[in-house]
Amino acid sequence: MQPMVEISDVSKTYKDGFRALNGVSLDIEDGEILALLGPNGAGKTTLISAICGITRPTDGTIRVGGHDVVAEYRGARALVGLVPQEINLEPFERVMNTVRFSRGLFGKPKDDGFLEKILRQLSLWDKRNARIMELSGGMKRRVLIAKALAHEPRVLFLDEPTAGVDVELRRDMWEVVRELKLGGVTIILTTHYIEEAEAIADRIAVIDKGRILLVEEKDALMTRLGQKELRIELQEPIEALPGALAGRGLQLEEDGCVIVYTYDTAEERTGITSLITDLSAAGLVLRDLQTRQNSLEDIFVGLVGDKGDAA
Amino acid sequence: MNWRAIRAMYVFEMSRFFRTLLQSFVSPVISTSLYFVVFGAAIGSRIDQVEGVSYGAFIVPGLIMLSVMTQAISNASFGIYFPKFIGTIYELLSAPINFLEVVLGYVGAAATKALFIGLVILGTSSLFVDLSIQHPLAMLAFMVLTCLSFALFGFIIGIWAQNFEQLQLIPLLVVTPLVFLGGSFYSISMLPPAWQTISFFNPVVYLISGFRWSFFGVADVPIVLSLLAIAGFTALCLGIIWWIFKTGWRIRA
Repeated sequence: MQPMVEISDVSKTYKDGFRALNGVSLDIEDGEILALLGPNGAGKTTLISAICGITRPTDGTIRVGGHDVVAEYRGARALVGLVPQEINLEPFERVMNTVRFSRGLFGKPKDDGFLEKILRQLSLWDKRNARIMELSGGMKRRVLIAKALAHEPRVLFLDEPTAGVDVELRRDMWEVVRELKLGGVTIILTTHYIEEAEAIADRIAVIDKGRILLVEEKDALMTRLGQKELRIELQEPIEALPGALAGRGLQLEEDGCVIVYTYDTAEERTGITSLITDLSAAGLVLRDLQTRQNSLEDIFVGLVGDKGDAA
Repeated sequence: MNWRAIRAMYVFEMSRFFRTLLQSFVSPVISTSLYFVVFGAAIGSRIDQVEGVSYGAFIVPGLIMLSVMTQAISNASFGIYFPKFIGTIYELLSAPINFLEVVLGYVGAAATKALFIGLVILGTSSLFVDLSIQHPLAMLAFMVLTCLSFALFGFIIGIWAQNFEQLQLIPLLVVTPLVFLGGSFYSISMLPPAWQTISFFNPVVYLISGFRWSFFGVADVPIVLSLLAIAGFTALCLGIIWWIFKTGWRIRA
């Protein structure tokens, strides 16, 4: 099947010479939720802006539903809904009016019944006649989503949908995204929260310094992220691991002063209890224990390092 | 053409106007009345007829032009500057529309508002002075064209402006003087010869002259020149806007 969004070798250099995107290639499948994960300034928003027509890529091509976003912008943009990161709304306008405007702007015939469905789905129906400035922050964000959905897009871009949103609202937002997926909408969301990607994405693309570092099924990536290290500092250094401790994948580091145990937090049993028992049975005296989670940064560092070696 | 999009932009812009309908209506009525009190009654009573027209009636076309031009510019410049300022411009940029459609929507709405104000002033004026319009169709055509061309000009200012001060700068520093010195309140023939020559470099002279011709059949410059001036100005503004959208100047970050 043809991908919904095809990004081929896209670069973007700003006038001041800043290279926000550096040869990005990525295919987004129809109906999936893809999380674009990366630190601030990684190029997430620039990539979305390039797909939506807000900024023009310096190099490369982007196709949405088979339409080139520059040459066939009408066909491409008609398929795309964008929820920006900032809350960009006219404060004096009423909810229903702004949503109607968005639908008309994309050339769709007036259909207040459809808009009612969207507003109800986003729990905004009661507020349809309220002015934007009377709404809470979370509701304003929903209005942005309603505006993006008003013209029935096939692809929805959510740029940091939960930045600065409290925990409860964040869960609500995730629920909304899941429902949209059930409705057949392809969703691309950017985030720098790993939990967010974990909670809703099917696939995760990691972006940093304008490059896509990896694209992976969420489950596979989470396994890697779920790895934890237990560092056991010994009172006395040892030359080799006692035979009783073999087969656990332990490593001896720092001239035999530290034993490193890697385990998976997602497993039912981490094996820590039996390890400690065996350690003391082997007569080793522990000085200190430390655990360290494999963080997103670790993966970044690993990926950037790999790329550097390959080059 | 994406007519639905044009209509959506037009209706949305007009709704801002209808929200403040009372202000939109009352302020031109009051300011026109003031002009008539000052220029018509106080000063005008000491001025004889100008080119066979009573002074009170003579200033009506200039008064209308003054308001129509400033209103068209301020409505159009604010209309496009505001989305830039609050960030809602992203929607225009990501919509399946081209520059001509954006211009038709925004400039069309701004011109409509200015036209409305112009007609209100015309109505108010007729309460103060006897007005006979010799060429009503030409009068309407001149008014519509002026609304459109100055709304285009305002649109450019709105895109160019990077803050509210700049938004006011051109209207205040360039347009108001040109309109006041463009023969709104006097005939160019009343000026010394040197100033007459200078005045002919003021594009607004041609607009006011043509507009006044449609009322009284008298003009400072040939009517053809007036038409050419307004057509040229419109074409120039359209060209600049086309370039702005092509390059994304001050729109696409």
